[in-house]
Amino acid sequence: MSIELVFHIAGGDFSNAGKASSHIKKVLKQLNIDSKSIKRIVVAVYEAEVNVAAHAFSGQVTAQITEHHIEVVVSDQGPGIENIEQAMQPGYSTASKEVREMGFGAGMGLSNIQKNTDELSIESRVGEGTIVTFRCNYL
Amino acid sequence: MKVDEILKHADAQLITTVSDRCRNLDMAFSSDLMSDVLTLDEENILLITGLSNLQLVRTAEMADIQAVLIARGKRATPEMIELANENGIVIMETPYSIYKASGILFAKGLKAVY
Repeated sequence: MSIELVFHIAGGDFSNAGKASSHIKKVLKQLNIDSKSIKRIVVAVYEAEVNVAAHAFSGQVTAQITEHHIEVVVSDQGPGIENIEQAMQPGYSTASKEVREMGFGAGMGLSNIQKNTDELSIESRVGEGTIVTFRCNYL
Repeated sequence: MKVDEILKHADAQLITTVSDRCRNLDMAFSSDLMSDVLTLDEENILLITGLSNLQLVRTAEMADIQAVLIARGKRATPEMIELANENGIVIMETPYSIYKASGILFAKGLKAVY
C-alpha cells in the first residue's frame, strides 16, 4: 500500500494552515492506524504547516503513506533558516508579533517535530527556502 | 469531570452542536500558547484558554483535545464552531477569567496535566 497526498500552503494564510494535517488525520483514521501514532504524525505536520504560514511565501506538503510508516516532505519558498542548530533549540524564535498573538511562535515548533518523529532532516538555503523531511513509524 | 459539570461550575454555555454532555474529561490544561498545547501527550483533556481563533480549534483537533473552555466572555466565531462540530470537539464559553475558571474546576476535582 502506498498513498501520496499533496497540499499547497500559502504563506501568511493561517486560516488554511492545518488543512493538510486535518486531511492526513482523516486518511490515517480510515486506515485504522493507532491513535497515538496519528497524533504524533498530525502534530508534526501541523507544526510544519504553521512554520510555512508564519515564515515563508508559499510551500507544499507531500505525504507518502505506507503500511508501516508515513514520510512527509514540507518544502517552502521563503527566507530559509540561517542557523538550523539554533532554530532547533526550544525557545528560539524569529516569529512576528502577529504570529505570537495567534498562539504560536514560541520557538517550540521544530523541537516538537523532532519529538514526534523517528527521522527528521532539515535542509535550508538562506533566501531560497527550507525543506523539512520526516518519517514516523506506526506503533 | 463531565462536560455537564464543567458547564455548571464555570457558569458556561455550550455553543457547539456536539452536545455530548456526558463526555468525561480526566484533566485540564490552561494556556494561550498553542505551541505548548501541541506538546501534550495526555488524552481526554479540557483546554481552558483566553484565545479565540481558528488555530485554537485546529490545535485541539491535532492534539486530540476533546473540549475547550473559552474564558473571559470571548466568543467563538461561526468558522470555529463549524470546524469544531466537524471534528467532534465541544466548545464552551465562560464569563470567568482563566484563573477563576481553572481555580473552580481544580477545586471541584478536575486534575492538572502537570
